[in-house]
Amino acid sequence: MNAIPLQHILLVSTGLFFIGIYGFLTRRNLITMLMSIELTLNSVNINFVAFNRYLYPTKQDGLFFVIFVISIAAAEAAVAIAIIINLYRKYKTIDAEGADTMRF
Amino acid sequence: MSASTVIFYLISAFILVPAYLAVTVHKIFRAAIYLLFSLIGVASLYFYLDNNFIAAVQVVVYVGGIVVLILFSVFLTHESGKDMQQPVEKREFFSAIASVCGFFLILIQLSLHNFGPSATAIQSDSIQAIGLSLLSTTMGGYSLPFEVVSILLLAAMIGSIAIAIKAKPEDTKTEPAKSQAQ
Repeated sequence: MNAIPLQHILLVSTGLFFIGIYGFLTRRNLITMLMSIELTLNSVNINFVAFNRYLYPTKQDGLFFVIFVISIAAAEAAVAIAIIINLYRKYKTIDAEGADTMRF
Repeated sequence: MSASTVIFYLISAFILVPAYLAVTVHKIFRAAIYLLFSLIGVASLYFYLDNNFIAAVQVVVYVGGIVVLILFSVFLTHESGKDMQQPVEKREFFSAIASVCGFFLILIQLSLHNFGPSATAIQSDSIQAIGLSLLSTTMGGYSLPFEVVSILLLAAMIGSIAIAIKAKPEDTKTEPAKSQAQ
């Protein structure tokens, strides 16, 4: 089980984090930007679980952080999709450039 | 190289390749499906790390909840099969540079830092223990964050209903007349 060094798991989560960052910076579609945020949050969860498993296996605090992050991510996705659907009704587009009413 | 190691690297590839496809593919429906595969890969990594409860939560909440929500919103806001607007090349280039630089920065930190010996004690991740400390009010218990998160979820539910609700009842009387006139 502990044949895998901790660094390799952290490497996977780092890769996932920066893939999410790259998607968030390049995509202009609001739904795909939300998907990139979900990838980023997942990479953080992998870190919590890996640190808990490797460094403090007798405790469970990392698992609780993961549970709270997942529930907050669910709440965030629900609110974001409600906002996106409302935006689509007003502007007929979900591009980030489409909603420029408040641009100075 | 034991079978366990091979399985770990297979899982890693199963996380990273669909994640990369999810942020680069041009059809939004395919991006959502690739996101689904990547999240299943993360769940299998939790299974690999012996966290069965977290893996089950990951499958239920992300795969069963969030991805389905995203697919619904794709259906509501897109004509299926249409390509998305291509990103500007200059922005793509600078985003790639920023991501790669950040990745190597973290890589250097990871190679320099020594995390100490990894403990080999068996983890107590029984669901009973998780439930007991979620509701315990003593030192190290998580009952206050649990309640705060439950209020946050209630607020998010009411908020998303209030945002996405279609129109007030008095407005709906006038709207069909308008659409007929058009």
